[in-house]
Formats: sequence, C-alpha cells, structure tokens
Amino acid sequence: MPHPPTSSIRATRMLHTARGPQQLDIDFQWQQGCLLAVYGPSGAGKTTLLRILAGLTPTDAGFIEVEGETWLDTSRRIYLPTRRRSIGFVFQDFALFPNLTVRQQIEFALPDPRNRTTVAELLDLMELRELQDLRPALLSGGQQQRVALARAIARRPRLLLLDEPLSALDDDMRNKLQDYILTVHRHYKLTTLLVSHHLPEVLRLADEAILLEHGKITAQGAPANLFAGRTITITISPGNPAL
Amino acid sequence: MIDWQPLWLSLRLAGITALLLLFIAVPLAYWLAYGRGRWKIAVEAIVSLPMVLPPTVLGFYLLLVFSPSNTFGRFLDHYLNLRLVFTFPGLVVASLIYSLPFTVSPIVSGFRGLSPNLREASRTLGKSDRTTLLRILLPNIRPSIITGVVLSFAHTLGEFGMVVMIGGGIPGQTRLASIAIYDEVQSMNYSLANRYAIVLLGLSFSILLLVYLVNHHFSNPKTLP
Repeated sequence: MPHPPTSSIRATRMLHTARGPQQLDIDFQWQQGCLLAVYGPSGAGKTTLLRILAGLTPTDAGFIEVEGETWLDTSRRIYLPTRRRSIGFVFQDFALFPNLTVRQQIEFALPDPRNRTTVAELLDLMELRELQDLRPALLSGGQQQRVALARAIARRPRLLLLDEPLSALDDDMRNKLQDYILTVHRHYKLTTLLVSHHLPEVLRLADEAILLEHGKITAQGAPANLFAGRTITITISPGNPAL
Repeated sequence: MIDWQPLWLSLRLAGITALLLLFIAVPLAYWLAYGRGRWKIAVEAIVSLPMVLPPTVLGFYLLLVFSPSNTFGRFLDHYLNLRLVFTFPGLVVASLIYSLPFTVSPIVSGFRGLSPNLREASRTLGKSDRTTLLRILLPNIRPSIITGVVLSFAHTLGEFGMVVMIGGGIPGQTRLASIAIYDEVQSMNYSLANRYAIVLLGLSFSILLLVYLVNHHFSNPKTLP
C-alpha cells in the first residue's frame, strides 16, 4: 500500500515573549490524513507555528511544502499568500463575523455560495440547523466554536489548523466538541494540526504529536508513547487547563 | 419673509460634500488604519489639520491657490474651464477639504476597533482584500460610517469663515444660510436672522439625534449591525 503524501515545514523566526527574545526553530513532517497535535507550554511558539503555516506571520527563513505544493521557500523568494493556501483556520476567539448569520458564515467561506448541498450538510453535521439564522452575538461559546469549525472546513481545505479551539470552554462542552472535531476530521478525511496545551485532549484526539518547548521541537511521535516516558512539568493551580 | 435659497444652497452643499466624502474617506481611512509607509503619520496629520486650523486660515490659502492669478487656479481656468473662486464648485472642493477629518476619523477608529482576526479569518477563507472590505469590514463599522457622513453633513451646514472667504456670499450662488444670518444681523434684521438660525439649529439637533439613535440601535446585539 503506498504511503500518503508527506508535507513538511522548516522555519525560523525570532519571538518576543514575556521572558524575553526566543528563537523559534521548527522542522517537522506530517502525513496526509493525520491529526497532529502540537503540544507545549504557553509561550513555546505553538500559535506562531500555525500562523506561519497559514501565511499570517512571516518567517526569518523557511520552507513549507504541503502535498507537493510549495507554499513558502525564502531561499527562492516563493511566498504563497494566505488566501491562496488551501487552509481552514479556527482561531482561539473563533473570529466569527458579527454581521453574518450562521448560514451566511458558511456561505461566505464557499467558493460558490450557491452550493446549497455543502451548506445543508455542514449545518446538519455540526447540528447548527436550528441556529442558522442567528448572529454570533446570540450564540454560546460552544455554538460559536461549531460555527467556526463548519466555516473553516466549508471549502474542504488541505490543511485544517486549530489554534486551541477549546480553551475557552468548560469541561463538558470541551468533551462534546472534541467529538465534533473527530467527526469532521474523519468525515472529510482532513489533515488537521491542533494546537493544545491540554494533555487529555491531545491523547484523545491526536494520531501523532509534537512537543514544542522554548521554540524547539523536543519530541515527535504517537501521543501515548511520547508522553508515557517523559516527565512533564505541570503547575498545580485550580485554573490550569492541563489538569 | 424668509428666502429659502440660502438654506437650499446649504443643504445642497452639505449633501454633495457628505456623499463625495464617503467615497474619498473609506479608502483613505482603510490605508490609514491598515497601510504601511513612512508617510502615513504625516498624511494623518494633514488630514486632521482642518480640525484645529481657524476656518479663515484655510479659506485664505484656498483663495490664493484657486485664484486665476496663481498657477493652479490659472491651470484650472485655462485647461479645465473650472473656476473655484466665488463659485459653488469651489465651495464643494473647499468643504471636502474642511470636512475630511470629520468623516475620516470615525471610520479610521471603526477599522482600528475591529479585531484583527476578522481580516485574517477572511483571508484564510480565500477572500481578497476587496471582498473582505466590502463584505466584512464595512458592514461591521456601519455606525462609524454613518457617524462620519452625518458629521461631515452637519459640519458643512455650519461652515462660515471658510465659505465667506472662498465663496464671497454671492446671492443665489454662494450665499449659504450661515452667511445669510450674518448679513441679516449686519442689516439689524434680527427677526429674519432668527428664522434662519432656528432652521439651522433644528436641523443640526435632528442630525445629532439621528447619529445617537443609530449608534444606540447598532449597539444592541439583536440588531448589530
């Protein structure tokens, strides 16, 4: 059986964190169809990594190839703008458009807004049909997250990028929405990169994980193996989402 | 008996100025809010200048620039057959400059008040900057746009110092309501001046009331925006 196509990123960028300047230096590969988690403490550069993949943050030097298409190659001055990269991006704060209803958010994301089949399918899959005429201001956090996910996958991206999409939700809602992420990932056979600092979430969702610490990848592999043999420092506090 | 022509001229000037400013201010405000370039701060300062400059100073310099005895005015006169001194088109051009900051500033604030994620989210969905502007950004700063347009309308309606300089107060052509009030007071005709003043007062109050009502309406999540 042939291996699925591989994608890769190599990038460096100077980060200005609360602890002072820090070099982000990443180099890893992933396979089409996988759900790859990027795990690490706050300030490690997880969000920056996703933003570099999306073309929203520039690199000092870098190379990105996704399923045979070069998105970035600073040595050859190649830079594919964000809007031409086949991505879906779910932001931490969801970034829903306040002026559009749930249905309009999905229609806006489609190359052909008259494609009613996709809109109807997504509304059903994400259980949004009842909410389709509401604007984001009237939705709960969990409902907004589902809309953001539906909008991000509407145009069937090659790469779905999830930037801690569940961090603002309580545990019950978090568990339910993990199911939605798995459902869409499998239903649409997506390649998904999930940024998280919530270990149970990574263990439950990811096929593979990378550990990002102080701007460097310190480990990559199957989550169960990766975290079983490591000592992970967790600060004990009531609000720590890692617990 | 009240002569309605100055009031009609004032309303016409304010309407044309507000409409033209909408098309000038949106791209300018977009560039000031999101653009890059070392000249941006200088341009922002120039655009805001009429807010602090005495109207007569602006009117005086525009009078010099537009005068057919000077290079620019002569160029307009000879090549475009356009005279901007003591004419209605001159008042329009001067009002555009004078009221520009009152339209641009609220729109710039509106753009800057939006979450940067909205623009980025639209880009990740494959949309161009133009589509993002028209479908996402502008609808979400509708109160700022309405405020900018209405303020420029009201501000133009109340112009005096500059329109006297550049327009000269010619009856039927450039004698606006604000000039008519001044003329009637000079002629000791307080009753007629009062009638003009009451109409302007009522109009200005109604316009500001409208702005506050619109902003209140759009601040409600059910109607936003």
